[in-house]
Amino acid sequence: MKNKFSLFIVVIFLSFCFVILYKGLNTTNNYTPKTNEKKNIPSFKTRDFYSNNYVNSDKIFEENIFYIVNIWASWCVPCRAEHPLLMQLSKNQSIKLIGLNYRDNFNNAKKFIDDFGNPYSKILIDKDGTLGVEFGAYGVPETFLIDKDKNIIKKFVGPINQEIVNEIKLIIK
Amino acid sequence: MKVLKIFIILFIVANFSELKSTEANDVLKNKILKNIRCLICQGQSVYDSESEFASSIKLIVDRKINEGLKEKQIYQFLREKYGDWVIFDPQLNKNTYVLWLLPLLLFLFGGAIIYKKIILNKNNKI
Repeated sequence: MKNKFSLFIVVIFLSFCFVILYKGLNTTNNYTPKTNEKKNIPSFKTRDFYSNNYVNSDKIFEENIFYIVNIWASWCVPCRAEHPLLMQLSKNQSIKLIGLNYRDNFNNAKKFIDDFGNPYSKILIDKDGTLGVEFGAYGVPETFLIDKDKNIIKKFVGPINQEIVNEIKLIIK
Repeated sequence: MKVLKIFIILFIVANFSELKSTEANDVLKNKILKNIRCLICQGQSVYDSESEFASSIKLIVDRKINEGLKEKQIYQFLREKYGDWVIFDPQLNKNTYVLWLLPLLLFLFGGAIIYKKIILNKNNKI
Protein backbone atom coordinates (compact mmCIF):
# COMPACT_ATOMS: atom_id res chain seq x y z
CA MET A 1 0.00 0.00 0.00
CA LYS A 2 2.76 2.39 0.97
CA ASN A 3 4.76 1.41 -2.14
CA LYS A 4 1.86 2.10 -4.45
CA PHE A 5 1.36 5.50 -2.90
CA SER A 6 5.01 6.56 -3.33
CA LEU A 7 4.98 5.30 -6.94
CA PHE A 8 1.91 7.43 -7.53
CA ILE A 9 3.69 10.49 -6.07
CA VAL A 10 6.77 9.89 -8.24
CA VAL A 11 4.68 9.56 -11.42
CA ILE A 12 2.80 12.75 -10.63
CA PHE A 13 6.04 14.60 -9.93
CA LEU A 14 7.72 13.39 -13.12
CA SER A 15 4.76 14.26 -15.32
CA PHE A 16 4.63 17.68 -13.68
CA CYS A 17 8.33 18.22 -14.53
CA PHE A 18 7.73 16.96 -18.05
CA VAL A 19 4.89 19.41 -18.68
CA ILE A 20 6.93 22.34 -17.31
CA LEU A 21 9.97 21.50 -19.41
CA TYR A 22 7.90 20.81 -22.52
CA LYS A 23 6.19 24.17 -22.18
CA GLY A 24 9.59 25.78 -21.64
CA LEU A 25 10.74 24.43 -25.00
CA ASN A 26 7.96 26.25 -26.81
CA THR A 27 8.37 29.70 -25.30
CA THR A 28 11.12 31.87 -26.77
CA ASN A 29 13.25 33.46 -24.14
CA ASN A 30 14.73 36.31 -26.14
CA TYR A 31 15.26 39.88 -25.06
CA THR A 32 12.09 41.85 -25.58
CA PRO A 33 12.46 45.49 -24.61
CA LYS A 34 9.76 47.14 -22.56
CA THR A 35 8.15 49.70 -24.81
CA ASN A 36 5.78 51.47 -22.45
CA GLU A 37 8.10 52.40 -19.64
CA LYS A 38 8.29 56.02 -18.58
CA LYS A 39 11.86 57.16 -18.25
CA ASN A 40 13.69 60.42 -18.03
CA ILE A 41 15.73 61.40 -21.04
CA PRO A 42 19.43 60.93 -20.37
CA SER A 43 21.60 63.99 -20.13
CA PHE A 44 24.41 63.88 -22.61
CA LYS A 45 26.79 65.93 -24.69
CA THR A 46 27.51 65.16 -28.29
CA ARG A 47 28.49 66.68 -31.61
CA ASP A 48 26.04 68.33 -33.96
CA PHE A 49 25.92 66.77 -37.42
CA TYR A 50 26.36 69.90 -39.53
CA SER A 51 28.32 72.31 -37.35
CA ASN A 52 30.36 69.60 -35.57
CA ASN A 53 30.12 71.65 -32.36
CA TYR A 54 29.31 70.11 -29.02
CA VAL A 55 25.68 70.40 -27.97
CA ASN A 56 24.13 69.73 -24.59
CA SER A 57 20.97 67.68 -24.11
CA ASP A 58 19.12 70.41 -22.17
CA LYS A 59 19.71 72.75 -25.10
CA ILE A 60 18.14 70.30 -27.52
CA PHE A 61 14.94 69.55 -25.61
CA GLU A 62 14.31 73.17 -24.74
CA GLU A 63 10.85 73.84 -26.13
CA ASN A 64 7.62 72.82 -24.50
CA ILE A 65 6.52 70.43 -27.24
CA PHE A 66 6.69 66.73 -28.04
CA TYR A 67 9.94 65.35 -29.37
CA ILE A 68 10.86 62.28 -31.33
CA VAL A 69 14.33 60.87 -31.18
CA ASN A 70 15.02 58.64 -34.14
CA ILE A 71 18.17 56.54 -34.38
CA TRP A 72 19.19 56.04 -37.98
CA ALA A 73 22.13 55.29 -40.23
CA SER A 74 22.69 55.45 -43.95
CA TRP A 75 23.73 51.78 -44.05
CA CYS A 76 20.53 50.65 -42.36
CA VAL A 77 18.00 49.35 -44.87
CA PRO A 78 14.83 49.59 -42.71
CA CYS A 79 15.72 53.25 -42.11
CA ARG A 80 15.06 53.88 -45.79
CA ALA A 81 11.64 52.29 -45.48
CA GLU A 82 10.59 54.44 -42.54
CA HIS A 83 12.03 57.67 -43.92
CA PRO A 84 8.91 58.84 -45.86
CA LEU A 85 6.87 58.41 -42.67
CA LEU A 86 9.34 60.55 -40.74
CA MET A 87 9.02 63.19 -43.46
CA GLN A 88 5.26 63.04 -42.99
CA LEU A 89 5.59 63.41 -39.20
CA SER A 90 7.97 66.33 -39.51
CA LYS A 91 5.22 68.41 -41.16
CA ASN A 92 3.33 68.30 -37.86
CA GLN A 93 3.76 71.56 -35.90
CA SER A 94 3.47 70.10 -32.40
CA ILE A 95 6.39 67.75 -32.70
CA LYS A 96 10.10 68.06 -33.37
CA LEU A 97 12.27 65.30 -34.73
CA ILE A 98 15.81 64.76 -33.51
CA GLY A 99 17.97 62.43 -35.56
CA LEU A 100 20.69 60.32 -33.99
CA ASN A 101 23.17 59.32 -36.65
CA TYR A 102 24.37 55.94 -35.40
CA ARG A 103 27.88 54.69 -36.28
CA ASP A 104 27.93 56.28 -39.69
CA ASN A 105 30.24 57.85 -42.19
CA PHE A 106 29.55 61.59 -42.53
CA ASN A 107 29.53 61.65 -46.34
CA ASN A 108 27.21 58.66 -46.64
CA ALA A 109 24.87 60.12 -44.06
CA LYS A 110 24.86 63.49 -45.80
CA LYS A 111 24.09 61.83 -49.12
CA PHE A 112 21.23 59.93 -47.49
CA ILE A 113 19.72 63.18 -46.21
CA ASP A 114 20.28 64.99 -49.52
CA ASP A 115 18.64 62.18 -51.49
CA PHE A 116 15.63 61.46 -49.30
CA GLY A 117 15.06 64.82 -47.57
CA ASN A 118 15.67 65.96 -44.02
CA PRO A 119 12.84 65.37 -41.53
CA TYR A 120 14.98 66.30 -38.55
CA SER A 121 15.18 69.70 -36.91
CA LYS A 122 18.52 68.64 -35.50
CA ILE A 123 20.86 65.76 -36.20
CA LEU A 124 23.31 64.51 -33.59
CA ILE A 125 26.29 62.28 -34.15
CA ASP A 126 26.63 59.02 -32.27
CA LYS A 127 29.97 57.88 -33.58
CA ASP A 128 30.64 55.00 -31.17
CA GLY A 129 27.08 54.01 -30.31
CA THR A 130 27.31 55.06 -26.66
CA LEU A 131 24.57 57.66 -26.98
CA GLY A 132 22.20 54.96 -28.20
CA VAL A 133 23.00 52.97 -25.07
CA GLU A 134 22.17 56.02 -22.93
CA PHE A 135 18.72 55.97 -24.51
CA GLY A 136 18.43 52.23 -23.96
CA ALA A 137 18.57 51.29 -27.63
CA TYR A 138 20.35 48.24 -28.94
CA GLY A 139 20.20 48.66 -32.68
CA VAL A 140 18.91 50.76 -35.55
CA PRO A 141 16.32 51.99 -36.27
CA GLU A 142 14.71 52.84 -32.97
CA THR A 143 12.32 55.69 -32.25
CA PHE A 144 11.56 57.35 -28.93
CA LEU A 145 8.58 59.53 -28.21
CA ILE A 146 9.28 62.21 -25.62
CA ASP A 147 6.49 64.17 -23.94
CA LYS A 148 6.39 67.76 -22.71
CA ASP A 149 7.72 66.77 -19.29
CA LYS A 150 10.83 65.40 -21.01
CA ASN A 151 10.03 61.76 -20.34
CA ILE A 152 10.45 58.98 -22.84
CA ILE A 153 6.88 57.71 -22.96
CA LYS A 154 7.16 55.24 -25.80
CA LYS A 155 9.84 53.31 -27.59
CA PHE A 156 9.46 51.76 -31.04
CA VAL A 157 12.01 49.13 -31.92
CA GLY A 158 12.49 48.65 -35.63
CA PRO A 159 11.14 50.77 -38.48
CA ILE A 160 7.97 52.73 -37.79
CA ASN A 161 4.91 52.07 -39.93
CA GLN A 162 1.67 53.90 -40.70
CA GLU A 163 -0.01 52.42 -37.65
CA ILE A 164 2.68 53.78 -35.33
CA VAL A 165 2.51 57.18 -37.05
CA ASN A 166 -1.24 57.27 -36.39
CA GLU A 167 -0.63 56.30 -32.78
CA ILE A 168 1.94 59.06 -32.35
CA LYS A 169 -0.41 61.60 -33.93
CA LEU A 170 -3.15 60.52 -31.53
CA ILE A 171 -0.87 61.00 -28.53
CA ILE A 172 0.45 64.42 -29.50
CA LYS A 173 -2.98 65.83 -30.28
CA MET B 1 73.97 63.60 -10.61
CA LYS B 2 72.38 62.17 -7.50
CA VAL B 3 69.38 64.38 -7.97
CA LEU B 4 69.01 63.10 -11.50
CA LYS B 5 69.18 59.49 -10.31
CA ILE B 6 66.55 60.08 -7.68
CA PHE B 7 64.43 61.82 -10.26
CA ILE B 8 64.71 58.91 -12.66
CA ILE B 9 63.84 56.39 -9.94
CA LEU B 10 60.85 58.46 -8.89
CA PHE B 11 59.76 58.69 -12.51
CA ILE B 12 59.94 54.92 -12.96
CA VAL B 13 58.11 54.25 -9.72
CA ALA B 14 55.42 56.71 -10.70
CA ASN B 15 55.04 54.98 -14.05
CA PHE B 16 54.80 51.58 -12.42
CA SER B 17 52.04 52.67 -10.11
CA GLU B 18 50.11 53.98 -13.07
CA LEU B 19 50.58 50.67 -14.86
CA LYS B 20 49.25 48.84 -11.86
CA SER B 21 46.16 51.00 -11.58
CA THR B 22 45.21 50.45 -15.22
CA GLU B 23 45.80 46.73 -14.78
CA ALA B 24 43.39 46.64 -11.88
CA ASN B 25 40.88 48.52 -14.02
CA ASP B 26 41.28 46.01 -16.82
CA VAL B 27 40.64 43.10 -14.49
CA LEU B 28 37.50 44.78 -13.19
CA LYS B 29 36.42 45.71 -16.71
CA ASN B 30 36.80 42.16 -18.00
CA LYS B 31 34.96 40.79 -15.01
CA ILE B 32 32.05 43.14 -15.66
CA LEU B 33 32.01 42.52 -19.41
CA LYS B 34 31.88 38.77 -18.91
CA ASN B 35 28.77 39.22 -16.78
CA ILE B 36 26.85 41.33 -19.32
CA ARG B 37 24.75 39.63 -21.93
CA CYS B 38 25.09 40.82 -25.51
CA LEU B 39 21.55 41.61 -26.63
CA ILE B 40 22.27 41.06 -30.32
CA CYS B 41 23.83 37.61 -29.92
CA GLN B 42 22.06 36.54 -26.78
CA GLY B 43 23.99 33.46 -25.80
CA GLN B 44 27.24 35.40 -25.65
CA SER B 45 28.64 37.80 -23.15
CA VAL B 46 29.67 41.27 -24.24
CA TYR B 47 33.26 40.22 -23.56
CA ASP B 48 33.10 37.48 -26.21
CA SER B 49 31.02 39.35 -28.74
CA GLU B 50 32.16 41.48 -31.65
CA SER B 51 28.78 43.03 -32.42
CA GLU B 52 28.25 46.78 -32.55
CA PHE B 53 26.13 46.69 -29.44
CA ALA B 54 28.90 44.88 -27.57
CA SER B 55 31.57 47.32 -28.65
CA SER B 56 29.41 50.24 -27.52
CA ILE B 57 28.87 48.59 -24.14
CA LYS B 58 32.61 48.02 -23.84
CA LEU B 59 33.18 51.74 -24.35
CA ILE B 60 30.44 52.63 -21.87
CA VAL B 61 31.81 50.31 -19.17
CA ASP B 62 35.31 51.67 -19.73
CA ARG B 63 34.02 55.21 -19.38
CA LYS B 64 32.00 54.43 -16.25
CA ILE B 65 35.01 52.80 -14.58
CA ASN B 66 37.11 55.85 -15.35
CA GLU B 67 34.36 58.02 -13.88
CA GLY B 68 34.85 56.04 -10.67
CA LEU B 69 31.63 54.04 -10.64
CA LYS B 70 31.56 50.78 -8.66
CA GLU B 71 30.76 47.43 -10.25
CA LYS B 72 27.24 47.39 -8.78
CA GLN B 73 26.49 50.90 -10.00
CA ILE B 74 27.44 49.92 -13.54
CA TYR B 75 25.14 46.90 -13.38
CA GLN B 76 22.41 49.14 -12.01
CA PHE B 77 22.91 51.57 -14.89
CA LEU B 78 22.58 48.81 -17.49
CA ARG B 79 19.67 47.23 -15.66
CA GLU B 80 17.78 50.51 -15.81
CA LYS B 81 18.31 50.65 -19.56
CA TYR B 82 17.72 47.05 -20.55
CA GLY B 83 16.18 45.23 -17.58
CA ASP B 84 17.41 42.30 -15.48
CA TRP B 85 17.98 40.17 -18.55
CA VAL B 86 21.16 42.01 -19.49
CA ILE B 87 23.10 40.73 -16.47
CA PHE B 88 24.02 37.04 -16.42
CA ASP B 89 24.24 36.80 -12.64
CA PRO B 90 20.65 37.16 -11.45
CA GLN B 91 19.92 39.50 -8.56
CA LEU B 92 17.76 38.47 -5.61
CA ASN B 93 14.40 40.19 -6.10
CA LYS B 94 10.75 39.27 -6.23
CA ASN B 95 11.13 37.72 -9.68
CA THR B 96 14.02 35.51 -8.67
CA TYR B 97 13.06 34.32 -5.17
CA VAL B 98 12.13 30.89 -6.52
CA LEU B 99 15.36 30.67 -8.48
CA TRP B 100 17.51 31.47 -5.46
CA LEU B 101 15.59 29.79 -2.67
CA LEU B 102 14.30 26.60 -4.33
CA PRO B 103 17.70 24.79 -4.29
CA LEU B 104 18.11 25.69 -0.63
CA LEU B 105 14.61 24.41 0.18
CA LEU B 106 15.19 21.19 -1.76
CA PHE B 107 18.49 20.71 0.02
CA LEU B 108 16.88 21.13 3.43
CA PHE B 109 13.97 18.89 2.47
CA GLY B 110 16.25 16.14 1.16
CA GLY B 111 18.46 16.49 4.20
CA ALA B 112 15.46 16.09 6.47
CA ILE B 113 14.41 12.90 4.67
CA ILE B 114 17.90 11.40 4.89
CA TYR B 115 18.20 12.36 8.54
CA LYS B 116 14.87 10.79 9.34
CA LYS B 117 15.78 7.57 7.50
CA ILE B 118 19.06 7.23 9.37
CA ILE B 119 17.41 7.87 12.70
CA LEU B 120 14.66 5.38 11.89
CA ASN B 121 17.19 2.73 10.80
CA LYS B 122 19.14 3.17 14.01
CA ASN B 123 15.96 2.86 16.05
CA ASN B 124 15.01 -0.29 14.16
CA LYS B 125 18.41 -1.87 14.81
CA ILE B 126 18.07 -1.27 18.49
